[in-house]
Amino acid sequence: MATPLEAIVRQQPNAAVIDLKGDIDGAGEDALQKAYAEATALKPHAVLLNFAEVGYINSKGIALIVMLLAQARKSGTRLLTTGLSPHYVEIFNITRLSDFMKIYPDEQAALASGG
Amino acid sequence: METTSKLGIWQRVFGKRAQSEVPAADPAPVLQPLPGSIKLLDFAPNDPLVAFFQTNPGVVDLERLNLDSGILRDLRASEIKLVLPLLSQGELLGVVNLGQRLSDQDYSSDDRALLGNLATSAGPAVRVAQLVRQQQQEALARERLEAELRIARLVQQTLLPQELPTLDGWHIAAHYRPARSVGGDFYDFIKYRDGRLGLVIGDVTDKGVPAALVMASTRATLRGVAYDYDSHNTGTPDEYDNPGEVLARANDLICPDIPAKMFITCFYAILDPQTGLLHYANAGHDVPYVRRGNTTIELRARGMPLGLLPGMPYEVAELQLEPGDSILFYSDGLVEAHNPQHEMFGFPRLSEYVAAHAGGAALIESVLEELEVFTGPNWEQEDDVTLVTLQRAESGMMKDEGNQVPQSTVLSPQSSQWQTLAEFHVPSAEGNEREVMERVAAVVAPLSLDTARVEKIKTAVAEATMNAMEHGNKNNPDLPVHVEVKASPKLLSVHITDEGGSVPIPDNPAPDLNAKLEGMQSPRGWGLFLIKQFVDELNIITDEKHHTVELIWHLDGKE
Repeated sequence: MATPLEAIVRQQPNAAVIDLKGDIDGAGEDALQKAYAEATALKPHAVLLNFAEVGYINSKGIALIVMLLAQARKSGTRLLTTGLSPHYVEIFNITRLSDFMKIYPDEQAALASGG
Repeated sequence: METTSKLGIWQRVFGKRAQSEVPAADPAPVLQPLPGSIKLLDFAPNDPLVAFFQTNPGVVDLERLNLDSGILRDLRASEIKLVLPLLSQGELLGVVNLGQRLSDQDYSSDDRALLGNLATSAGPAVRVAQLVRQQQQEALARERLEAELRIARLVQQTLLPQELPTLDGWHIAAHYRPARSVGGDFYDFIKYRDGRLGLVIGDVTDKGVPAALVMASTRATLRGVAYDYDSHNTGTPDEYDNPGEVLARANDLICPDIPAKMFITCFYAILDPQTGLLHYANAGHDVPYVRRGNTTIELRARGMPLGLLPGMPYEVAELQLEPGDSILFYSDGLVEAHNPQHEMFGFPRLSEYVAAHAGGAALIESVLEELEVFTGPNWEQEDDVTLVTLQRAESGMMKDEGNQVPQSTVLSPQSSQWQTLAEFHVPSAEGNEREVMERVAAVVAPLSLDTARVEKIKTAVAEATMNAMEHGNKNNPDLPVHVEVKASPKLLSVHITDEGGSVPIPDNPAPDLNAKLEGMQSPRGWGLFLIKQFVDELNIITDEKHHTVELIWHLDGKE
């Protein structure tokens, strides 16, 4: 029943977007890291994680996002998110991830923020 | 609260001479000596120097003091020059002692001003640290107590009958309401091969885990003895096949093992449902009442509580139960309940009440209502309340109603209104938590919970399953994770059990995102945190072989 994670990078004027699709769990580490490296190679102002096609994030998935965030902060890259369901917005709030990566209701709003 | 005399006293003795003259047999060195040496002084609280410190805040120059004080002599003997009392709200928390300066010069007024400032801020800071420590210890003690109560409750609820016996022409009802501290009440039914029914109601003195364990062993002993007599019974009951013999033998078995100062009151009755003849014996338990018409009959029989003295006889009495008769068995939690005026509910009130009200399950409900009125709304239940009724149908009545009315009613919300919705297991392999999560979601779908609630349930179930697979079963696919979903009218409970008992589940501190981002903490460690956020109650039960994580949600809409 698990859906392996696919992560595809898209370049946009203000940010590199990573479209995520599938489950974010321990098995998604390689896909996520690879996409993130590809995205940062574009030297964007910001990297936008698009969760619209993600149905399941577990605690190991949260750990992967924490690792991305730690890397982004080191290199001074802003991480943004969009497409989170209300339940995962709540998880981002209670874990305080939302203090470090802004949650946007849609991609347009995220890109309009200036990246 | 610690008293001054017990406090560790920070005594820094500066100066070369003081250092060299520290006695070799230092009574209680608290730290490795640094430039000087530190020793612990005992301050008698009635020493005049203590009173002096309390009334003279600031730096005290020992040379200028003229007091008949043992402490002062000790301090001078250790070549202490200045003492800085640490006070908070007038209480002496400790002192900082200073010997001669290393340079052998006198302390300057700057030194003294600095020390004065230090005392002003250090006293309250020490006090705060003491309070924090005290609170931590209290919180730890509370947690331990809570864990014990959970075990006691679990033992008790596991051992109370999950189903009541059904007998043609008879109606049995039971109610058990545990006190917060969990007493040792129990009741049980024992089916004899010839169709007779044994009824037990008992109460262990004491509360909590000890009472629960004695209750468990007493219940097992009574069953063992009763079944033993029954298995030797060759067709017709013989002279030993009576409730008095059961109590006497159980008493002899219990006496050698029971902890001192504990005993059990217990009433044991054997009913022949064909004839309505009831034989009974009593080991010091509250006397049950039989309602007949508008009067009550007391089921009296002499006997000592179980576990006090071996070799005791138990009188056997009998009563022929007539159609319409109803017996109320109860525990002292009912009669000893107090109202706000400190009056007891008492036997006369109960006896009158039984005489005036219908019997059976209706009696249990009405007695509980009466108890509620008596104790008032803010009653903190002191002891378990157990009620069991046995009612003989009016002749001819039960046959007509038998098809519509269940013959047994359990009114205990703790034990028997639980309905198992699903029970299954999955192998421990990464990703299987998704299967558990989806299955639990499907099982709870008929409860019509709102989406946000279901999402929380799913996350908590998935995380608990992951922990069970990874930490409990070490990802060994041969070890299953067992899942049980149960619901009562008010609660939803999901039990997730692994095979990794004996090692308790560590309760890690709450994850700190800042520390994780700084690389000071592993990026992982969110599982238990998420579970705690998304359940209404969380219980972890560990035995030798298993951990069971019990996730509970309240279904009455309150989160």
